[in-house]
Amino acid sequence: MARALINVPAKAKRGDVITIKTLISHKMESGFRYNNLGVLYPRDIITSFACTYNGEEIFRADVYPAIAANPFITFHTVATESGTLEFKWTGDNGFSQSESMQISVE
Amino acid sequence: MITVAAAAEIPPDQRRSSYELMSRENRAMQDDDTANPATFWVLDGEALWKQKAGAADKACADCHGDASASMKGVAARYPAFEPSRRRPIDLEQRINICRTERQKATPLAFESKELLALTAYVARQSRGMPIDIPADRVIEFLDAGRSLFHRRQGQLNLSCAQCHNDNWGRSLAGNTVPQGHPTGYPVYRLEWQTLGSLQRRLRNCLVGMRAEPYEYGAPEYVALELYLMWRARGLPLESPAVRP
Repeated sequence: MARALINVPAKAKRGDVITIKTLISHKMESGFRYNNLGVLYPRDIITSFACTYNGEEIFRADVYPAIAANPFITFHTVATESGTLEFKWTGDNGFSQSESMQISVE
Repeated sequence: MITVAAAAEIPPDQRRSSYELMSRENRAMQDDDTANPATFWVLDGEALWKQKAGAADKACADCHGDASASMKGVAARYPAFEPSRRRPIDLEQRINICRTERQKATPLAFESKELLALTAYVARQSRGMPIDIPADRVIEFLDAGRSLFHRRQGQLNLSCAQCHNDNWGRSLAGNTVPQGHPTGYPVYRLEWQTLGSLQRRLRNCLVGMRAEPYEYGAPEYVALELYLMWRARGLPLESPAVRP
């Protein structure tokens, strides 16, 4: 399991624009590097990230080899109701990680 | 202290951490633990701190207890004189001495994930505290570090002082030359895409001036680390910092 750090405000007012920050540990091996014997390091990257808010997808990103290690993805959404934000990263070699955070909206 | 003071040293009121040279975005990344990738190493270090290791079957916590109390301020005074070695050692070497002599475990390799994690976790406990190297026991090593700092070396025939004392604030290629204060090690360097020690950074500078880098753990590195920390005395520790 990779470590993931997510920053979501625990509380928000209805209608507020909130900032969501996500950071996940991943080496993001681009597949373009060779070792000193000329052997290619096989590609091993995260290819997709998605966030759902009470089941509805609010953000999605496709990720490519040019993204550096430990991808940091930050985005905004409108706080509409209390509930759960779910985050899912998927990638090469069957990489898949999900995290969830609670938000209370009043 | 007078013996190590040099004419061209940066006056205390003009000393600046390279944090101040970073972009707003990079500063924000360092300031927010959930955005600073070094947090991964700090969390790993916290787990290792409690994990029993070696033939003695002891964890760091079994002797040192809660790191937030016992390790507070430690990183701000390292490298420190180690009586059993009769020379100063840096934080990584201190951790490895504990591993081999107290835990009876194999030493961790320099720049290994585990050693960086433990170092980052210990250094994190001193964040915000002023760097304070007691010079009295290490004068001769400070002098050695100072003379290395001022010695021209490599194919480019440069000394550390030519960039970091005489030309800080000016441009080298696209970058501003920093004063070279090691306020945030181990640092998450964006160029490395990983955490790295001060020795790795020094190796980087040596290769840049086309000099032969020392082996990791070499007394020359520790003398330089000691001198650089003493030179940065009073600046707050930022470990683990982010640097471009």
